[in-house]
Amino acid sequence: MKKRVVAALMAGIMVFGVAGCEAGGAESTIGAEGEKGNSIKIGAILVGDENEGYTYAHIEGIKKAAAATGIAEDNIIWKYSVPEDESCETAAKDLVDQGCSAIFSNSYGHQSFMQQVASEYPDVSFVAMTGDTAAASGLDNFSNAFTKIYESRYVSGVVAGMKVAELVADNKLGAENYDANGNVLIGYVGAYPYAEVVSGYTAFFLGVQSVYQNVSMEVTYTNSWFDITAEGEAANALMADGCVIIGQHADSTGAPSAVQAALDSGKVAYSVGYNVDMLNVAPTAALTSATNNWSVYYKHAFEQVLSGSRIDTDWAEGYSEDAVAITTLGPSVAEGTADKVSEVISGIKDGSIHVFDTSKFTVGGDQVSTFALPDGYECISDGYFHESEHVAAPCFSLRIDGIKELN
Amino acid sequence: MAKETKKEPLIRLTKRDGMPAYKKLLIRCISLLMACVICGFVIYAITGLNPVEVYSTMVSGAFGTRTRIWSTVKEMMMLACIAIGLAPAFKMRFWNIGAEGQVLVGGIVTAGCMIYLRALPPIVLFSLMFVVSAAAGALWGLLPAVFKAKYNTNETLFTLMMNYVAIQLTSFFVAKWENPFGSNTVGVINQNSQEGWFPPVMGSRVFMSADIVLILAVLMFVYLKYTKHGYEISVVGESENTARYAGISVGWVTIRTMLLSGAICGLAGFMAVAGASHTISTSTAGGRGFTAIIVAWLAKFDSGAMLLISLLLAFLQSGAGEIASKCKLNSYASEMITGIILFFILGSEFFINFKLMFRKHGKEEA
Repeated sequence: MKKRVVAALMAGIMVFGVAGCEAGGAESTIGAEGEKGNSIKIGAILVGDENEGYTYAHIEGIKKAAAATGIAEDNIIWKYSVPEDESCETAAKDLVDQGCSAIFSNSYGHQSFMQQVASEYPDVSFVAMTGDTAAASGLDNFSNAFTKIYESRYVSGVVAGMKVAELVADNKLGAENYDANGNVLIGYVGAYPYAEVVSGYTAFFLGVQSVYQNVSMEVTYTNSWFDITAEGEAANALMADGCVIIGQHADSTGAPSAVQAALDSGKVAYSVGYNVDMLNVAPTAALTSATNNWSVYYKHAFEQVLSGSRIDTDWAEGYSEDAVAITTLGPSVAEGTADKVSEVISGIKDGSIHVFDTSKFTVGGDQVSTFALPDGYECISDGYFHESEHVAAPCFSLRIDGIKELN
Repeated sequence: MAKETKKEPLIRLTKRDGMPAYKKLLIRCISLLMACVICGFVIYAITGLNPVEVYSTMVSGAFGTRTRIWSTVKEMMMLACIAIGLAPAFKMRFWNIGAEGQVLVGGIVTAGCMIYLRALPPIVLFSLMFVVSAAAGALWGLLPAVFKAKYNTNETLFTLMMNYVAIQLTSFFVAKWENPFGSNTVGVINQNSQEGWFPPVMGSRVFMSADIVLILAVLMFVYLKYTKHGYEISVVGESENTARYAGISVGWVTIRTMLLSGAICGLAGFMAVAGASHTISTSTAGGRGFTAIIVAWLAKFDSGAMLLISLLLAFLQSGAGEIASKCKLNSYASEMITGIILFFILGSEFFINFKLMFRKHGKEEA
């Protein structure tokens, strides 16, 4: 009996051994084929993997940019599901060991660990996407980058505003959908209560108001970037309060799915997503999603790495470089939305529309005329808040009138 | 012999004792090998990848470069340290599910020292962090122990609940110390001045923590095996009544042991913060407080075995990450591999402790 087991094991090992040789042979020919282009290596530290919308968008952006700049896909080294702790430091060091010339991390919490490793390896470039400390760090090889996502959030707000206006005109709303002052209620599922999220929901809110002035918004935080259950529950709570539009700054499909379920059960509710097209999970409830086109940045950064120059300390672009967009409009959008959207986008591009126009919002009943960053930079001039211009990461953290944070 | 008239079951289990060491080792090696073969089939069936290549990727992921070796050693030492802390409690049959919380409070006070007392001379700062982290962990262990000794409360629930208190405390301090403001993280503490960081030895800061853990391992081995305290712990663990009959104060042994257990777990928090991450967050303990329970039990509280099992788990973890990176398998696939291997290792203990007897058809038993 024992002998038979051993024999079976041996047979198994031998089978794998042979298979190993074959597979190995096949792979080496593939490697030889891809050997045109440059030999530069890129490291990517990702907070999730391809199953998570935000990271998926980064993966696609990196692949597209690599193809455009002649970097072989084999020369991109991926680190998936790296938590925002010292694992990021280990991952970054490991990528340095593997010969990467530039290393990108895609989540805010990676930043301080990236900065740490950057200070130890001055010959390698490090980029903490969505971060904000590169300029202050004084390191030549450490950068931050972000898109002007607030521009596309504003546009997604316009789409939502058109819908609200339509719902009001068609008399589809009940008393529960209005607050005490007669404003239509809308909701927003945010991840964390800090500037990146505040800037995003404020832009969304102002976009809605640019079409339909009388709205008020409730914001719920989930304290996680990716939590399907919590996001779904937050959306349900907001809809229970009477919110008719649910926007989001969190990475899962939890909120759109919840909104679709509510819509199917006869409630009036529509969803505006983030990162990815939500029509798969919310075919009739999803209006659109605000999304980043990361390949624009990655291509720019890869070109700088290839030419041997320093990667921009702070990079932030929006519609002007096509770095942001909204996804395909869903079937439920109001009539004329597509035309309105392209009108607003061209307005943003030619500078006739400023998202954070200080005449369009108040804080505590007053217009805001000054907002200084910790380093003394004045964000407000020429009648609008200059978001993502001095540093890449969003810094608009004012809580404007009409938006209520529930937790 | 009335039993013989009954129908004998197909398979009978009998407890077996005193299997020779080489045989135990053999069984464990075979089960590991079988785990690898089964994993191989699974890997091939699901992904079509060559399993041998996947395994070699795992090995290189865990030990391929200096950075990776240190990272694996760091993970191993963290797990081992917590397991060493848990060992006396579990040997006493005190179900200390609270290591996670004990690590966290140790980490909180360490971070506090690094933030508020950075001006102290390094040697003073380190001694202080060592002492206060152990004290904080000990306090977290003491509370459930006192209630158990005085009121016979259920320590499993109590220690588990203490975890949640510790997690909330951590969130509180993360919010208090957040840097930069509004980021909801503490960031790297003393990033430029590196006050309160373990100094690098042989190219890595892990060296110091590894030494501390190895010393603790030896001390725990001696403590459990050769001291009166250790003997009292095993007597209480075997039978509280026997312990009482022998004049051992069960309450006092419980309290004393949990003080020790909590203190060592608190030290693990000290090493996690000052020796590795230099920050504090609710993921500082990262579930290791629970994984270490498996380590302690599998090792039967033997220090050497705890180190070995920690190494295996750390290897699986580092290796799994590399598979995800290199073979384009996502982390779920590598978790499956880890799961299969652990299943077989746990399974091998079954075959070491029990003997399977098959029904014989008229044949004599061997």
